[in-house]
Amino acid sequence: MDDLIFAARDVSFRYPRADTDAVHAVSLGVERGELIALAGPNGSGKTTLLRLLLGVLIPSGGVVETFGRAAHTWDRRALARRVGVVVQREEPVFPLRVREAVALGRYPHLRPLAPLGPKDREAVDAALARADATALADRWIGTLSGGEWQRVRVARALAQEPEVLVLDEATAGLDIRHEMEVLELVADLVRERGLTGVLVTHNVNLAARFVDRLAILDRGRAAAVGSPAEVLTRDVLERVFRWPVEIVPWHGVPQVVALRAAEAAGAADPAGWQSGRVAGGAGEAEASGNGDPE
Amino acid sequence: MRWIVLVAVAIATLLVAVALGPVHLGLGDVVRAIGGGGAPTTVSIVRDLRLPRALLAFLVGGSLAVTGAALQALVRNPLADPYLLGLSGGAGLGAVLALALHAAGAWAVPAWAAIGALLAIALVYRLAIVAGGVLDTRILLLAGVVVGAFAAALVAAVLALSPAREVRGALLWLLGSFEGTSWGAVIVFGAYAVVPLAVLYRASRPLDLLSLGEEPARFLGTNVETLKRVLYVAASLLTAAAVAVSGIIGFVGLVIPHAVRLVWGHTHRTLLPAAFLLGGILLAGADTVARVAFAPVSLPVGVVTAVVGVPVFAVLLRRWTT
Repeated sequence: MDDLIFAARDVSFRYPRADTDAVHAVSLGVERGELIALAGPNGSGKTTLLRLLLGVLIPSGGVVETFGRAAHTWDRRALARRVGVVVQREEPVFPLRVREAVALGRYPHLRPLAPLGPKDREAVDAALARADATALADRWIGTLSGGEWQRVRVARALAQEPEVLVLDEATAGLDIRHEMEVLELVADLVRERGLTGVLVTHNVNLAARFVDRLAILDRGRAAAVGSPAEVLTRDVLERVFRWPVEIVPWHGVPQVVALRAAEAAGAADPAGWQSGRVAGGAGEAEASGNGDPE
Repeated sequence: MRWIVLVAVAIATLLVAVALGPVHLGLGDVVRAIGGGGAPTTVSIVRDLRLPRALLAFLVGGSLAVTGAALQALVRNPLADPYLLGLSGGAGLGAVLALALHAAGAWAVPAWAAIGALLAIALVYRLAIVAGGVLDTRILLLAGVVVGAFAAALVAAVLALSPAREVRGALLWLLGSFEGTSWGAVIVFGAYAVVPLAVLYRASRPLDLLSLGEEPARFLGTNVETLKRVLYVAASLLTAAAVAVSGIIGFVGLVIPHAVRLVWGHTHRTLLPAAFLLGGILLAGADTVARVAFAPVSLPVGVVTAVVGVPVFAVLLRRWTT
């Protein structure tokens, strides 16, 4: 049990005014030192599950423990010293320099009105260096490219000196190089520093190449949990994504190729997929819940 | 260095504010009179009339500037100002009613204004609590505008039904004034303001985080829901008291935080104290201008802050967009 960072047992959650559960009876353990991805289609409950694990939402059923304690009972400051999160969207209202933005990661370690100490400055410098953002330190954050801004946000999470690093769709919208850089960085941190990494993503192919384990969510339920090879099967993916796919191995890791309608016609019944796509409108209630996370 | 300059300017502003008036005094006379020396009439003018007035203007200006800075981070909107939350409307309605109904006593108007402001605060707060008991800062803004507009309509109705003399008094009150400030008002306001100011200052670091957004603030260690409530209550109670003692003085809470950000940056730990001093300087200075510019007639101080504040704000807007 000691080595479980997050433990969800049979956890469910329903947003106010929704008529279905956004997360339904999910059980999942995240072990210390592993890199795990929560994957699934849009609106499958990934972010909701993450918010349950991080104690932002209180489960309507089941139990979520974080470091052995009911997740929502954590003091946010205490939790922020152990878990660094890079959230999906973030729009600062006032301009900041990169170094100031990264220094915000020290706040959980500071007393309410104390200035940054030498130890804090060291941590900020180290985090900037680790995220390859030292050269950006004096730039205004408004002038950064998407990839640079993501590196800065990872640096800020590292300045928290956390045991766990969580990235919620943090590479969505980045080009190939920047996306790979961020993921390589996280993978390195997990391998070299013994951090635990949790990625939330809908990109199963990339996830498969970096993570130890994948949890695939489908309309709020855990469709499959295991190593990429175990989880990424045609059966699971076609059921979850409701689209015909082919699995192609790449250096021993399964990669998913989504088929075009004409390609699928040879392999399966296109009419069936047509109806599957219509059914893909399910989970709307959850999507609207997700659209209002704050 | 910047702090020394700011403190020196603050002291100089207060001294000049006390020196200027129908009877012009030298700065030496002012300093002596504060200590109780010099001609008895001078001592009386300084100690009983001008010093309390200048101090109250300073305290109110500082409070409005701090409140504005905190609210801009809370609602994540650089255009937020202390009066956006509807309480000025409630305060105005209370004050106008007190004047129209001839409520007796020196404290009648401030008391009614405070009650009106508190009712408006409670209403806006209630409207902004959405599903799940969450305080939605976007709705907070909208609710403030709506409640303010409603109160303004009632104010207009009361004024339309009142005799002309009272209408003039009420309009002047609505535009803000430190006319007839007593030491009692200074002491009551000063003692009252200490708590909300301390609460806001203590929230400096969470305010830094909040301006990133609620979600990042939470994961950087802030209990966001509690923070928002504490900030809203502290900011609105402070503004309510400011309105009660001085009427509705615009632009201090909007312009000063931005002016300070240009020099001191965005860290609330330094932003808030600097905003307090600069807000105090602006309002004590504006009140002096209001008193002496067209002596013996006084302008409403809100007119002076607006005349100074609007061009400054226009310049700031240009800087933003270019």
